[in-house]
Amino acid sequence: MIEVNFSSLKATKPSEYIVRFLFGGACTVVAGLVAKRYGPTVGGLFLAFPAIFPAGASLIESHEKRRKAEFGFDGTIRGRAAAGVDSAGASIGCIGLIVFALILWKGIPAHNAYGIISGATFIWMLVSTTLWAVRKRHLLHRRKRHL
Amino acid sequence: MSELVVRFLIGGTVVSLFALLGDLLRPKSFAGLFGAAPSIALATIGLTIAKNGSQYAAIETRSMMLGAVGFFVYASCVCWALMRYKPATLMTTIGFLPIWAGTSFGLWYWLARSS
Repeated sequence: MIEVNFSSLKATKPSEYIVRFLFGGACTVVAGLVAKRYGPTVGGLFLAFPAIFPAGASLIESHEKRRKAEFGFDGTIRGRAAAGVDSAGASIGCIGLIVFALILWKGIPAHNAYGIISGATFIWMLVSTTLWAVRKRHLLHRRKRHL
Repeated sequence: MSELVVRFLIGGTVVSLFALLGDLLRPKSFAGLFGAAPSIALATIGLTIAKNGSQYAAIETRSMMLGAVGFFVYASCVCWALMRYKPATLMTTIGFLPIWAGTSFGLWYWLARSS
């Protein structure tokens, strides 16, 4: 079941928000500069650079460790496993990202660009969520078979 | 210069918004989808179309597909390493970035040679 958990926002420090902003901004500038210097075929690769992924995964590890430390436990291993679960989600999201890029590639020259961008973003979310749900169902089914 | 500042501000904002969404949502495997959100593309593609036209943007998004395949291979390797050996997350995610570069540029080079 997908849930929205607002309390998790408190776990993120202001400095962590700033780091994400700076890193995201820097990656976007680098993508633009690479395209300017080496052309759109090389620059385009950087549109799918894992910009926020390393920072996001390591934050999950540190939040999990902090949470366990409040109860007097060492959450290192649990934190790393949680980051692994997050990575599994990211790899599913990448399939949606491939579809997103395909729609833009085929759609931008012939249609209204901003409509295509909105549609591609919706399809990215739809493909990613569907694949995530299918994988989750498959894992649950496998776990039940082993019990 | 002003274009770079605009790119920086838009990029920082879009990436932060997707990261925030990832923080809010549970379970973690679902929130992980937002780690592969098209944040840089959404931040820059509008500017690219306005400045260089839609054909230029289409070429960029064709290459983006290869970058996304690289991201898939990279994220899968990170997932496998973290689940199997439990190394430090930041070290793993940064240390494995050459996998993204190798796959993306390798595919780009292979396609450039074969066409």
